[in-house]
Amino acid sequence: MIHSLFLINNAGDLFLEKHWKSVISRSVCDYFFEAREKAVEPDNVPPVIRTPHHYLINIYREKIFFVSVIQTEVPPLFVIEFLHRVAETFQDYFGECSETTIKDNVVIVYELLEEMLDNGFPLATESNILKELIRPPTILRTMVNTITGSSNVGETLPTGQLSTIPWRRAGVKYTNNEAYFDVVEEIDAILDKSGTTVFAEIQGVIDACVKLSGMPDLTLSFMNPRLLDDVSFHPCVRYKRWESERVISFIPPDGNFQLMSYHISAQNLVAIPVYVKQNISFFETGSSGRLDITVGPKQTMGKTVECLVVTVHMPKVVLSANLNATQGTYNYDPVTKILVWDIGKLNSQKLPNLKGSLSLQSGAPKPEENPSLNIDLKIQQLAISGLKVNRLDMYGEKYKPFKGVKYVTKAGKFQVRT
Amino acid sequence: MTTMQKLLQLPVNAVNIVKSVQGVAQGQEEALSPVLTPDSGPQNWYSAVQPEELRHLRSGGTGGGGGSGGGEGSEDRPGLEEGLTSVQSQPLRHDDLKEMLDSNKDSLKLEAMKRIVAMIARGKNASDLFPAVVKNVACKNIEVKKLVYVYLVRYAEEQQDLALLSISTFQRGLKDPNQLIRASALRVLSSIRVTIIVPIMMLAIKEAASDMSPYVRKTAAHAIPKLHSLDPEQKDQLIEVIEKLLADKTTLVAGSVVMAFEEVCPDRIDLIHKNYRKLCNLLIDVEEWGQVVIINMLTRYARTQFLNPNINESLLEESSEKAFYASDDEEDEDKKAEAAALAKRKPYVMDPDHRLLLRNTKPLLQSRNAAGMFEPYLKSFYIRSTDPTQIKILKLEVLTNLANETNISTILREFQTYIKSMDKDFVAASIQAIGRCATNIGEVRDTCLNGLVQLLSNRDELVVAESVVVIKKLLQMQPEQHSDIIKHMAKLIDNIQVPMARASILWLIGEYCEHVPKIAPDVLRKMAKTFTNEEDIVKLQIINLAAKLCAQVRCLSGIKLLRLLRIKFLCFLLFSVFQTKLLTQYVLNLAKYDQNYDIRDRARFIRQLIVPTDKSGALNKYAKKLFLALKPAPVLESPFKDRDHFQLGSLSHLLNAKAAGYQELPDWPESAPDPSVRNVEIPEWSKCTSRKDRKEKKVEKPFYSDSEGESGPTESADSVEPSPASAPVTPVNFLSNSLVSDLEGLSLTDTILAPTTIAPSGSIRMYELLHRITGEGLAVEYCFSRQPFSPDPNMVAVQIQFTNNTTSETKNLHIEDPRLQSGMRIREFAEIDMLAAGESITVVMGIDFCDSTQAANFQLCTHTRKFFVSIQPPVGELMTPAFLTENDFKKEQGKLMGMNEISEKLTLGAKCVNEHVIVERVTATANLSRVPCGSDKECRFAGKTVSSGCLVLVTVATKEGGGAQLTVNCEKMVIGTMLVKDILQALSQ
Repeated sequence: MIHSLFLINNAGDLFLEKHWKSVISRSVCDYFFEAREKAVEPDNVPPVIRTPHHYLINIYREKIFFVSVIQTEVPPLFVIEFLHRVAETFQDYFGECSETTIKDNVVIVYELLEEMLDNGFPLATESNILKELIRPPTILRTMVNTITGSSNVGETLPTGQLSTIPWRRAGVKYTNNEAYFDVVEEIDAILDKSGTTVFAEIQGVIDACVKLSGMPDLTLSFMNPRLLDDVSFHPCVRYKRWESERVISFIPPDGNFQLMSYHISAQNLVAIPVYVKQNISFFETGSSGRLDITVGPKQTMGKTVECLVVTVHMPKVVLSANLNATQGTYNYDPVTKILVWDIGKLNSQKLPNLKGSLSLQSGAPKPEENPSLNIDLKIQQLAISGLKVNRLDMYGEKYKPFKGVKYVTKAGKFQVRT
Repeated sequence: MTTMQKLLQLPVNAVNIVKSVQGVAQGQEEALSPVLTPDSGPQNWYSAVQPEELRHLRSGGTGGGGGSGGGEGSEDRPGLEEGLTSVQSQPLRHDDLKEMLDSNKDSLKLEAMKRIVAMIARGKNASDLFPAVVKNVACKNIEVKKLVYVYLVRYAEEQQDLALLSISTFQRGLKDPNQLIRASALRVLSSIRVTIIVPIMMLAIKEAASDMSPYVRKTAAHAIPKLHSLDPEQKDQLIEVIEKLLADKTTLVAGSVVMAFEEVCPDRIDLIHKNYRKLCNLLIDVEEWGQVVIINMLTRYARTQFLNPNINESLLEESSEKAFYASDDEEDEDKKAEAAALAKRKPYVMDPDHRLLLRNTKPLLQSRNAAGMFEPYLKSFYIRSTDPTQIKILKLEVLTNLANETNISTILREFQTYIKSMDKDFVAASIQAIGRCATNIGEVRDTCLNGLVQLLSNRDELVVAESVVVIKKLLQMQPEQHSDIIKHMAKLIDNIQVPMARASILWLIGEYCEHVPKIAPDVLRKMAKTFTNEEDIVKLQIINLAAKLCAQVRCLSGIKLLRLLRIKFLCFLLFSVFQTKLLTQYVLNLAKYDQNYDIRDRARFIRQLIVPTDKSGALNKYAKKLFLALKPAPVLESPFKDRDHFQLGSLSHLLNAKAAGYQELPDWPESAPDPSVRNVEIPEWSKCTSRKDRKEKKVEKPFYSDSEGESGPTESADSVEPSPASAPVTPVNFLSNSLVSDLEGLSLTDTILAPTTIAPSGSIRMYELLHRITGEGLAVEYCFSRQPFSPDPNMVAVQIQFTNNTTSETKNLHIEDPRLQSGMRIREFAEIDMLAAGESITVVMGIDFCDSTQAANFQLCTHTRKFFVSIQPPVGELMTPAFLTENDFKKEQGKLMGMNEISEKLTLGAKCVNEHVIVERVTATANLSRVPCGSDKECRFAGKTVSSGCLVLVTVATKEGGGAQLTVNCEKMVIGTMLVKDILQALSQ
């Protein structure tokens, strides 16, 4: 399936290569570079590139292109999904997935890639199993390793892969038994000029951090499970019980994992936490324009909106912005043409406002389109869909675990058209 | 091969010898003659490791045993390295690494290996370190070892001869008690792409395929495609391994072996049959990557094995036709027609196995309903300004495909916002999408057209140009209604500069000059002025316009002129005809001296057609027909069209070109292949599911038999022959007897009806209880199901099947007034409340025959009628199997001598060729079980009578020449005698 993998940074440097079958010369990447050049923006590189003898399937994440080389028919989504899994594994191991961390940990990266694919077919992709095979680096261990020359490779071999529940290792032991669940919801929305919702939906995930000894069997139930009709689960969840009783019953992997993701698209269920009043206009004469943006709370369920950021992709002709923000700071990058207004906490008493003039390239025609605004925000202790965890029960073990649930709402792709 | 096997027994310290060999190897490599060439290599190489030679080499001072264990030749090292450096291209750079690798400290080795792996990762060549690295393959430090593996797999192909020296380590690993070490050894061994170790790999894979550990078996499955790509000659042997692994019941192996199957022998669909149901059931538990591969494979399988569930009509025709022809019986014709009507209602019956696949894949899918699957998500495809262009285009495509009468207004409003985007490619695509919506949905064509016309005044030229092109296509569909739009476009020609758009407008005006008779000549006039400055594509269209106008006016002057009496208009026309001709002449003259030869050619060609001269041929009469022929409107098509012959989601589908290794999804078969190929002997894994299946089957049975004319129970009821009708029941189910009884044990206690649904297996005979003519549409058959009758173990279980062939339902089916011999007892089945028309139902009743073959007589009652019926058991059904050992059998036989023994000689029938047939015949005749027997000349059977539990022992001793001796030992002489008669008959047939 997957023949080789090349990692390429934004500047076009090929900084890592790995082959699972015979070596394929890195010159195959020339086709990629060609497509990269054509695309201008890195996001616009076609995900599948055809070359005379190979197919290059790539993803772009964290300013790195993961370019895989394929020779025969394979579902492209299979490969793309795998590449994302690789990126996630790096993130999981090194805290972030960047060129620097990959270069710093090149040996671990190589060991991971070796385990994740065998002859191009995925072998061990479950984070728990990988962590047993290859220990993630910690500062302490790195120091100890340098001094003693001991290894990152697990001495004991993973037991999970051999059991009927491959996602959990045997003999887990904790002094403090705890289970935390984060209900994270992202609002994807498009609002039109007048503030009407054109489209809105919620992408939710429940992330779990379970540190429980032995073989706990957990059951998570919701107050309002009817909200969820479009869900996908971690393989550990017993689907039949969800079908019949609408409870999530599972033997959890050890540590961090994503229990489920869901999708709520019924528009009446999606509350829009903020409204934006905006007026961006460009004048026919004088090579200038005006910008006036005000943000206010809409449906916040009594919670505070935090980390509010407004991002505007300005037309190419905007040279600079001379603005005044009543709250927070703004920054206009004349190279990328991106205006970022970092507001912070939304104060409903005194609404934040950004106002001022834009100067345009002289002589250029006035831009056709007004730029759309992208909103970023965060609301603690609230799942905007109203989803609530009812209870968490544990069977199979005798101890009393500590249980915690946290709710966060964020803006996903939240765009206001102007 | 022999060489290789000797290689297997290489001394363990072979690793230490590396150095000595490598000197030789490197030297020879330089001379471009690798030590190991496929033909002559093995011998050469083998002699190279002869102990004598080695000793010789060592004494020669070219090398010494370095490595982790050795340490003997440390003083030799400099010499060796000099030897190496002389032949390597980058000699000095890696000296430090070599030194570190040779040290005794694991930490140094590890550091060196890390640096080497980092080099590999960066794509730097580290092949010259091969000799130094490979000897660390036996290093005890697990991380060093792992990194050495990484190195080895990367470079073994280039350094085949040296790589061989690591093989023995892996071979030892293959025998390790730890399963993970075995697996890892196999993984690396199979990843070393060196042809000479193919036999070793084959051996290792075969062994690993029967390993205790599923993880090792999984690794074996992974190794199969590796070996196959290394040496395709091994295919046949590998298929054997695949076949074996396909039978594996663990989820861990399933995905990997199917992957191997897909790569090595995807056409061997026959290997899947027996594993089909298992794979379906395992699917949900297989890891995600395996699921993808298995579903893909099963999809192809389903396409070859099951009927197309989407084509109901054709099947419907067929089945009714068959039913019609099948009706031989005149009297029954009406009823047959009913049956056909019935078949019509439910013509297609999905193969239960097909359903199994669908049921098991369903939970894996997010969306359930294929029809209108995406429509509810329409808005999810709305485009954000920050989406990458290719996503935008794809979303646009989806939106266009989802557009219908109900949502088109929303979609068009959305499209309008897209047209303002800064991304011009996207704007162009949006305009095309609007055009496609307009062609697909007639209702909005005018709205779209108006919208597009508005775009014509857009400031952006690209937008205007694209709109013109789309409008042109739209107008072609109904030009007569839109002359105002054409006029509007004619005005635009002054402002639009994009050549493609100008050309489109000119074409449009020329094509529909009829509708704009005043404007068209004027446009030509303007264009004649600017002709020389236009782009080629525009010039060609100017010539076309002129030609079309000329052709048009000629007709006008010829025919219409006389009818048009309004003087003013006539004047104008005459003037314009005159002008047009002049303009055409002018344009053609300009074109004559154009630089582009296409334009010159076109002008010459058109002149001949348009301007009548003496020489011009007959063609110019037809000028109008030539130029103004009705042209078919173009179809605005999706750029993603034409790729549906590729499987959705495949690479080929995405690229719209067949990728290497793409396998076509075969068409549904005309008729389904034999479904019994998927039957498995003892399907322990599927107790629950198979039970469900079985129920479904039972219900469907009448449809099968009615519509397809199988030799089922219904048809045997048609036959005029008196009972017992001898048609054997089609073995509909794949359960073995043992499983049936297992299941029965689970459910029998609750209700008597429970076991009724168990279809008879094997060759159980059905007997007629009530013919459907005597029964006035109610047909009743029975068989001896040979199941223990749990409510009373002394009774024989009789399975009765009622089939209602009337058009109305039959109610209150029950038994009344049994007339029995003394001592005989009967246990009725529970009353059947209702039997709908066309349905059948099966129940079980128990009869204690008191070990006699006397008939049990009783009345079978419905809500309207009573029928006298009787059940007479064959003697063989009065017994149940008894399980004896050989010794017990002999002992019991000894007790039943003399009067209780009946012996008879017989000549075996022509078909009783072997033991198997004999056993089959005997067990079909009597409900006995086989008793193990030391002699192959004898078959022994034992049973007990149901009522009194007397032993029945049967012995068949075969002789040379087809003769045989049958002996029956039984306390009940009547039974014994009758049984001998029956078995004799069965065997001599």
